[in-house]
Amino acid sequence: MKVTVTVNGTVYERDVQPRTLLAYFLREDCGLTGTHVGCDTSSCGCCVVVLDGNRAVKSCNMFAVQADGHQILTVEGLANGATLHPLQQGFWDQHGLQCGFCTPGMLLTSYALLKDNPNPSEADIREGLSGNLCRCTGYQNIVKAVQQAAGQMREPVSA
Amino acid sequence: MIPAAFDYIRAHSADEAFAQLQKHGADARVLAGGQSLIPAMRFRLARPSVLVDVNGIGDFDYIRENNGTLCIGATARDVAVERASWIGDRRWSLLHDVSRVVADPVVRQTGTVVGSLCHNDPAGDWTAAALASRASVVVRGKSGPRTVAIDEFLVDSFTTAVSEGEIALEARFPVPDDRSAGSYQKIERKVGDFATAAAAVQLSLNADGTIRTAGVALSAAGPCAVRVEEAERLLVGQKPTADLIRAAAAAAAKKSEPQADLRGSVPYKKNLAGVLVARGLRQALGRLGVTL
Repeated sequence: MKVTVTVNGTVYERDVQPRTLLAYFLREDCGLTGTHVGCDTSSCGCCVVVLDGNRAVKSCNMFAVQADGHQILTVEGLANGATLHPLQQGFWDQHGLQCGFCTPGMLLTSYALLKDNPNPSEADIREGLSGNLCRCTGYQNIVKAVQQAAGQMREPVSA
Repeated sequence: MIPAAFDYIRAHSADEAFAQLQKHGADARVLAGGQSLIPAMRFRLARPSVLVDVNGIGDFDYIRENNGTLCIGATARDVAVERASWIGDRRWSLLHDVSRVVADPVVRQTGTVVGSLCHNDPAGDWTAAALASRASVVVRGKSGPRTVAIDEFLVDSFTTAVSEGEIALEARFPVPDDRSAGSYQKIERKVGDFATAAAAVQLSLNADGTIRTAGVALSAAGPCAVRVEEAERLLVGQKPTADLIRAAAAAAAKKSEPQADLRGSVPYKKNLAGVLVARGLRQALGRLGVTL
């Protein structure tokens, strides 16, 4: 099936089998390997991307054909040139990662979380990220990173 | 893990979806949220040869009140219940509780209430809530739409009253009266795991404080969610007391027929079913200003 998916603002037209999962479409058909496949069973959240600007989805649990005509944001689309997205800067500053495998999913889940709730409490962040597993950090610094980003996104620091 | 090959059909209207399901019969499945279906296909536990995607049908995505009934459309997401403007009203506290513990927050942005009822997982959350709420499901078949009471809708594990070529259109929850509240109690090892045990409770009180109606249901307590009729019978007409709650909890533990697995043994899960019903009754009563 022919699909047209806009990923990070770039239009990708590809011919895919209906059974191609969105995660594999992004990685193998679009060459965007920032989206990670962790558990392959929709339990870990490493593959989360943002659909149509505000909905976090586990891309290993959605078919590429379902994304036909839709907009996808992946970790590759977060930074603005050399300037990191506030969430990425937050993970950098707060040491919100160690091995980094879960980080793309954490970032995109947090992105959708902050779209829905720009001023989340610590509990809101922990709840919002509860479908994303991290085996390194113990989550503390991930929560701090999202808190930092939320603060910056509410009151952008002038350059 | 990649699913077996299938043909993908995107339906643009209810009529088109229905026509495709009629055409393909037992080979076809409806793709709504897909949060249970797609993993099942990946594990090859489900191998439909045709998927009819109903996500593009705009008039399937709604939650609205209509003549004393809350109607939830076929593609309304779990998160739409969680974020509904009226969800803080104590009458809807059972649905509110459930909407915050189904799967995990990301899955809830895509998973649907009607899809969950149709999947009828033994450890489903919406199924138990629907039983306690005395909900029903609108199913479209060859002779037109029919409304199926949830007790008849839930047939067996992963099996419902939706037959070959049919489609579930809407879940219907009766709007509880003002002196009503509920509670959902779920024990899970971690967010997103299936329930070790879960209990749904919905109560309404008479003006004199006696219980007017009671809905009590369990999940992860048998082949599919199950109503605890004996607990309901014990509760209705009575003034809430600690003894009454103990009796209802005992009835729930007796009714529970769980499977032993890594989450716990049969005796543990049976006991837990009773504990959760007791907690649910106390919480629902607490929400109605009755503390015991």
